[in-house]
Amino acid sequence: MSASLERGVALFKEAIDAPIASFFSSCVHCGLCAEACEFYVDTGDPKYTPIHKLDPLKRLWRQEYTLVGRIAKALGLSRPITDAELAEWSELVYDSCTLCARCSMVCPVGNDIAYMVRKMREGMAVAGHAPEGLIFATTRTINVGSPMGVSIDTVKAQIRHQEKETGEIIPLDRVGVDYMVLLSSMEVVNYPEYLGALAKIFKQAGVTWTLSSDGFEATNSGIQIGVSDLAREIVQRVVDAAEKLKVRGVVSPECGHAYTALRWEGPNLIGRPYPFEVVHIVELLDRLRQEGRLRTSGKTDTPLTFHDPCQLVRRGGVIDQPRNLLREVAGDFRDVADRGVMNWCCGGGGGVSTNDRAEPLRLAAFRQKKEQLDAAGVSTLVTACANCRVVMEEALEAYHMEHVQVLGLTELVAEHLAQAEEARKAA
Amino acid sequence: MADMTVGALLRERGVSRRTFLKFCTALASLMALPPGMGGAIARAVERARRPSVIWLSFQECTGCTESLTRSATPTVEGLILDVISLDYHHTLQAASGTAAEAAREQAMKEAFGHYVLIVDGSIPLGNAGYSTIAGISNAALLAEAAKGAAAVVAVGSCASFGGLPAAEPNPTGAVAVSQLVTDRPVVNVPGCPPIGVVIAGVVAHYLTFGTVPELDGLGRPKVFYGETIHDRCYRRTFYDRGMFAESFDDEGARKGWCLYKLGCKGPVTYNACATTKWNAGTSFPIQSGHGCLGCSEPAFWDVGGFYNALSVTTIPLNKPTGIALAAGAAVGAAVAIGNRKKQADARKGHQTATLGDLEKQS
Amino acid sequence: MTVTSMELLLWARGPGFEAAVVIFTLGMVWRLIEIFSLGRKPDLSLPRERAGASGMNTVFRRFLFPPGMLRRAPVTYLGGYVFHIGFGIVLLFFIPHIELARGVVGFGWPGLPTPVVDLVAVITMVTLVVMLVSRISDPAKRLISTFEDYLTWALTLAPLLTGYLAYHHLLLPYQTMLAVHILSAELLLVAMPFTKLIHFVTVFPARWYNGDLFGHKGVPS
Repeated sequence: MSASLERGVALFKEAIDAPIASFFSSCVHCGLCAEACEFYVDTGDPKYTPIHKLDPLKRLWRQEYTLVGRIAKALGLSRPITDAELAEWSELVYDSCTLCARCSMVCPVGNDIAYMVRKMREGMAVAGHAPEGLIFATTRTINVGSPMGVSIDTVKAQIRHQEKETGEIIPLDRVGVDYMVLLSSMEVVNYPEYLGALAKIFKQAGVTWTLSSDGFEATNSGIQIGVSDLAREIVQRVVDAAEKLKVRGVVSPECGHAYTALRWEGPNLIGRPYPFEVVHIVELLDRLRQEGRLRTSGKTDTPLTFHDPCQLVRRGGVIDQPRNLLREVAGDFRDVADRGVMNWCCGGGGGVSTNDRAEPLRLAAFRQKKEQLDAAGVSTLVTACANCRVVMEEALEAYHMEHVQVLGLTELVAEHLAQAEEARKAA
Repeated sequence: MADMTVGALLRERGVSRRTFLKFCTALASLMALPPGMGGAIARAVERARRPSVIWLSFQECTGCTESLTRSATPTVEGLILDVISLDYHHTLQAASGTAAEAAREQAMKEAFGHYVLIVDGSIPLGNAGYSTIAGISNAALLAEAAKGAAAVVAVGSCASFGGLPAAEPNPTGAVAVSQLVTDRPVVNVPGCPPIGVVIAGVVAHYLTFGTVPELDGLGRPKVFYGETIHDRCYRRTFYDRGMFAESFDDEGARKGWCLYKLGCKGPVTYNACATTKWNAGTSFPIQSGHGCLGCSEPAFWDVGGFYNALSVTTIPLNKPTGIALAAGAAVGAAVAIGNRKKQADARKGHQTATLGDLEKQS
Repeated sequence: MTVTSMELLLWARGPGFEAAVVIFTLGMVWRLIEIFSLGRKPDLSLPRERAGASGMNTVFRRFLFPPGMLRRAPVTYLGGYVFHIGFGIVLLFFIPHIELARGVVGFGWPGLPTPVVDLVAVITMVTLVVMLVSRISDPAKRLISTFEDYLTWALTLAPLLTGYLAYHHLLLPYQTMLAVHILSAELLLVAMPFTKLIHFVTVFPARWYNGDLFGHKGVPS
């Protein structure tokens, strides 16, 4: 089997539902989605208008699912979807869209454009028009287990390192505990301190937890490339591992789309609800805080702000928790305008950071984020997604803003754990 | 009698010069001419020979003649009737029978090419027997009389547009004068009836200038039919402020509010009623509390009910809408079945995507 | 034989209106069934409850300006509001229109003084022109605009303009102008189910779906 236009069109047909038909019927071409999209706002190029990214899908809907469209097609009056057209649209669907859904929040007639782009990717991918970088990452995830090629051995090495650093045990393959913890490759490779932070926090909070050698990877390239069949295979590994270890819940790490993949798309991919709970680490930390099991002391005085990861906040529903936690550990928190569910995307979500050809565009789109930071007047940025972290670090460098530091929220909380503070004072 | 000048006749009748000039000035203002024209009218009328007028009455109710002749005091209408030589008129003439017809034929012969032909009533084309005079069909009589007429005036809505006889289903096949007389201009003076002084004014114009006055697209003198009732109605401010009588004799009606909601056709009716009024300026329908029927407009009997507001549609919509709903549901259901099948087939025929499907085999 | 202005007016008020209402009704029912026939797969993930995050909430919330957006597109937002509200006022609060509605549905409602409606009509028409200029000059709007956008613009302007001309006795004799106005409204009715103008109905389910999709995750959209 290979990619083909026919397969792509067949998947478009599968994907179209009543919401999409309502959305396409209601669009009045007002252009407000463009004003919400950083790819348009930061480049001025009208082809990045969000609804425009869906043109082939809209035409297909008309031709296949409306009487007038079907008659027009039968009379030879409609323009068919072509392979060349889908090739042209690859950039619009994959490079200039992070599925951040800011457009979905502002459309006056209520169109969820990101929902439609996600579905359009199903057809684009099997028509052979997904970007090379994403195909490569997905291939590695399916075959090796991680998009960056991280294996259980790499993970074990980091476990040992963090155990030494923190003096805590990091459990592996323990059965019947509270939570099975997932990691994103990005964290394993770039921010292994996350694992150490978890160890310290869970110790204090009295949470029993474990990693799984069968399912440690949270990243789901299948979601990013938009192929549900592949996403299902990847998510199934996590579900199988969690069921094997009989855990109460699974903790999704500081990653955006991993939460979307596991918490929201997962049950629909495998066709049944989970027998376990899924929480994002930030959700869990706030819950522990509310229950009084997470005790912090002392605050960071450095002026700092928070970057709301799109898939966690706007698309994930974990809206208040980050600031609840920051209130405990930040002494000088300065919020940005356009915050929370209206935050501007880091520019690298939805597979864009894995897509090399999109790099110039991704950096150009960072300008909104830069303006937010300049306006807030801070040089420390806290976030809760490892991909956002890496993407923003790269962008800050490109914009000669190396003085701005990017931190992870979990690590910041771990730094201010009550006993850690006491130990620091004693030293 | 027709060879006397008008001036001589008036002096003989004892009409003082002063009265005569007042009459001419009134005529001038009536026709929206400058006041100074009163003198010019006086000179022209004085010297004019009394024109012969043939008045033919077809399918009519005599209301137009009544309108012209109902006057309690000497009025312009009355003077006009004195000034012209009315050589033939069913209602007003003394003669009858063959004598009357003979008088008509003689007048037509003597004044051939110069007489004014006035017509009221519609002409039945369905069956000549619906309306004949001395055995002659209306259509034939009209055709013959029109041949020698210097001017043709269709008085009343029946003669101008067909009127009541032409209302659906028009059983007599009634038509307007202008449909049969096509080789010369016909002046339409519609109304059911027309205002008396309007009829008189049109004749007076002809007397004075020897020409028909400027006509609108329906052949009506613009001077009398150039404005709608609505645009000259004294109750207009109530319309503009949305103050309407909701039913006859309710509070709004008694306060004299606008009658739009009670079906007044003022906005689409061109006539002089709102300014010139009736019975020497006494009143007009709206002032008396009833909406304008639109009687000076064509087919005013068939425009959707006297008591329905103008913007109300003329066809009841319940049944057509019900049919449309059912038909729409049927079309929708058919498309829905097609949609669901296509969607289901696409999903059933889903080929599980593998890594190999992400790239094309070249 | 030429058609007189009264005959044209009679046709517009009679068979014309009937035809327009029939086509509109048939079209709307068909198109809505066509849209909803495609259904929606149930969401098997566990929902997150949050006050204010639901389909109905979004139906109403989307009437407001999203935070930070007004200054980015003031013409689109303000023009959109002034146009819609103005059109609504002219359509629903002009006394002759209310009488028309009373004849069709059996009841009416209070109206506004005619000079007020007249002023609103002028403001609405000016706004439509401003929106057209914006559509042509804004790069994003220009790229995504199709023939249908310009056609529906003209179809929307026509009843306003012809109504204004009729009321002020301009351009054509009154009865003809009135007939043209009624015919232009009928044309607009007929176009509604088959163009983007259907959004006047589908905006509600579309916003509801948006709110429901976001609301399942506990996000107020």
